[in-house]
Amino acid sequence: MKFFRFSGLLAGLLISWPVMSSDAFETAVLSLNTRSFADKTVAANQLAAMEHPRVDLVLDALLEGELYSRRRSDVVVFATSLEAGGYHLVDAVTGEDLGDVGRRDVRKISVNNKLRRQLKGLIASRQLNAPEPDARIAAVEAISNTGDINLRDVIVRQKTVESNTSVLAALDLALVVFDLDSDDAAVRLAAVQASADNLHANVRVKLTNIAGDASLDEELRSAATNSLLAIEKKVSRYQMIETLFFGLSLGSVLVLAAIGLSITFGVMGVINMAHGELIMLGAYTTYVVQLLFPDAIAWSLFIAIPAAFVVSGTAGIIIERGVIRYLYGRPLETLLATFGVSLILQQLVRTVFSPLNRSVITPEWMSGSLEIVGGLSITWNRLYIFFFALMVFAALLLILQKTRLGLEVRAVTQNRAMAQAMGIRNTRVDILTFGLGAGIAGVAGVALSQLTNVGPNLGQSYIVDSFMVVVFGGVGNLWGTLVAGLSLGVVNKFLEPYAGAVVAKILVLIFIILFIQRRPRGLFPQKGRAVEN
Amino acid sequence: MLGKYLLDHETGGRIFLAVLFGMAVVVPIANLWVPADSFFHIPTYTVTLLGKYLCYALLAVALDLVWGYCGILSLGHGAFFALGGYAMGMYLMRQIGERGVYGHPELPDFMVFLNWDSLPWYWYGFDQFWFAMLMVMFAPGILAFVFGWLAFRSRVSGVYLSIMTQALTYALMLAFFRNELGFGGNNGLTDFKDILGASLQSDTTRVWLFISSVIALALGYLICRYIVNSRLGSVVTAVRDGEARARFIGYRVERYQVWIFTMSAVLAGIAGALYVPQVGIINPGEFQPLYSIELVVWVALGGRATLYGAALGAGIVNYVKTVLTGALPEVWLFVLGALFVLVTIFLPRGVVGIWRRRSNHGR
Repeated sequence: MKFFRFSGLLAGLLISWPVMSSDAFETAVLSLNTRSFADKTVAANQLAAMEHPRVDLVLDALLEGELYSRRRSDVVVFATSLEAGGYHLVDAVTGEDLGDVGRRDVRKISVNNKLRRQLKGLIASRQLNAPEPDARIAAVEAISNTGDINLRDVIVRQKTVESNTSVLAALDLALVVFDLDSDDAAVRLAAVQASADNLHANVRVKLTNIAGDASLDEELRSAATNSLLAIEKKVSRYQMIETLFFGLSLGSVLVLAAIGLSITFGVMGVINMAHGELIMLGAYTTYVVQLLFPDAIAWSLFIAIPAAFVVSGTAGIIIERGVIRYLYGRPLETLLATFGVSLILQQLVRTVFSPLNRSVITPEWMSGSLEIVGGLSITWNRLYIFFFALMVFAALLLILQKTRLGLEVRAVTQNRAMAQAMGIRNTRVDILTFGLGAGIAGVAGVALSQLTNVGPNLGQSYIVDSFMVVVFGGVGNLWGTLVAGLSLGVVNKFLEPYAGAVVAKILVLIFIILFIQRRPRGLFPQKGRAVEN
Repeated sequence: MLGKYLLDHETGGRIFLAVLFGMAVVVPIANLWVPADSFFHIPTYTVTLLGKYLCYALLAVALDLVWGYCGILSLGHGAFFALGGYAMGMYLMRQIGERGVYGHPELPDFMVFLNWDSLPWYWYGFDQFWFAMLMVMFAPGILAFVFGWLAFRSRVSGVYLSIMTQALTYALMLAFFRNELGFGGNNGLTDFKDILGASLQSDTTRVWLFISSVIALALGYLICRYIVNSRLGSVVTAVRDGEARARFIGYRVERYQVWIFTMSAVLAGIAGALYVPQVGIINPGEFQPLYSIELVVWVALGGRATLYGAALGAGIVNYVKTVLTGALPEVWLFVLGALFVLVTIFLPRGVVGIWRRRSNHGR
């Protein structure tokens, strides 16, 4: 230990004094070493006004409680505690390494809560000069949170030089928060009235305090109550929009999951119970793609979408050729056989990938959220998936309306025997439709992998829901599926706050069961003779 | 006279009843009176296992009645089974009395745990055996009647009906998982002590439960056989083969369907009620759609529209399941999945179908 202290001293002698140290800076730093908090405050304020490059370091260290003074020399130092006990010291003024010392050789320069608050404000107001707007906004918020009325001038001054609009908005907000505590009754009243559409947490706390403080002026209090009411109204409106968005998001997932089922059911009249597992295969494809290209996570989804389409589509064609082909005209048996396939696929995934959930990474550009206005933001991944679902829907619509295959598919949906008589090769249409439906299930799996856990049971939970969507919308009707999926999603999310997630789900199920009683062919039934049987 | 009418039809049915009678005689003797070290001794564990299979067989017979003869593929028969089981479970729960962990004289443990201070109204009466037995039949029966009446009246059939029934059991599962519903939530009802004053742990009670299961299965089989052999059975079969045609001839198709569906649900409920005291627990897992659809493969494997075939299928599949889930748990789902595929493609008439075809060749 002694050796270290000695060597530290030696190092100090050998290193020349840095040229940067200015006398005023050194005096201010040294005057922090006093017992009086008032004197410390004065010194801190002096420091904050200086341009010296080490000012931020000193103020931060003081705030964090890492600023110490050496007992013998009264030098002010940064101290980081060592695992073995004792401290490693760095001179606060010069940045010179002073080596390790024992615990008793230094004394902490303590701060109290008041000083701590002021320090935060001082540090923040220095940060107002930061080049990045985000750092400036953070600084404004930090100043606002100190509630130190002396810092109001800093904000006012900054407002005159600031050019960035979002920083300006933050500055205005901070001014309002300061004015809510103003001594001037007129200023305060104006601030209370101006904060009627302000969703910031601080503003709400202050307004609630004002409204509840019986010692205050009646006019002020009623203004505060009014502003609070306006805020509540705005919050509930935003919540409504948020619920609507969540509903649409859930709905878009339902549409993605159901739309493939809808066309296979429409064309072939069979329920593919393995549809959920085809979705699961798509999700696992995403996982495998990310394993194969660990360096290209940002692009992984764009590789995964066609890959999942091919994987699930191929699986679908194998199911069609291997199982369903033998069971045409026996829909109930098809249901059972495809259910068997779904069990096999589930167990296959469990054996290959383990029964545990696999984690699929969300690329950078999909994480985070988009803030529409203050207090209302939506997550990027849900937004992307919503538009992705619409795109898949549009693509499918194009295929069915504009291509030869689409024409044939629609013909077979309407009347299988007649279509065959007109020279359409049913077998080919069956294979392609099933491949298409299954492929879309795979693409849905890619989207789902961004929202839920990827595990062997992923698909199971979607088969009943997808079927409900198909039945609700009308079999083989794409628009019906879209409307049904979105509306079921929205209804589900709007019921949730009142009834809880499980009861909401039960209510929706009961609603659909009753709906089927009224309109057994769905919202948009297909018309014509082909419908019966 | 009636017996002759029932038995003359089917060789398979006669063999089935004979086997049941044999089991009812041999198993109790081999369990209670043959010494434990003897080769012919049947341990109580096996007796309970056989009893469980018999309950499954009754459930399969009930499903065969609607699927095999009426063409209604119900994927929710597990729900009726579980409802019957819950009714029995509630009776057994009330029999625990003060012997629960919390020692409350009236409330079951889970209600004490949830800080409830009185019994919910729908638990009244379940301390009486006769009332519980009535509920075993009424709870599934009424549900099936209401559901069937709604569904069949608006001519929901085929795949639609199948998925609706699956949604039904799924919804019930979600509901029963909730603690607030008052049926023990996640854990269900368990820790039963005794039934009709006899301890559930004793060998004698187990054997009696086994014998009851045999009798229930035999009676259930005879009732179903009677139904399908009657004039009503012919109409039902006609509905299966040509619903629209039967309707045009002038039959009120939906009435027959509702009637058969309700009858089948009641039988499923009875099977559940016998099942619960033997396995000692009933929880919302029984409502799982997977279980309901699994029982369809029992019927398919055994042979549809034969009744005894369904019972046979239930026995075979469950025996394989017991063996495989013990020895190679990860293989079981492959086997079950393959069964679904292979049976529907290659064995549309089930195991019984093979045997029948062979005997037809012989003639």
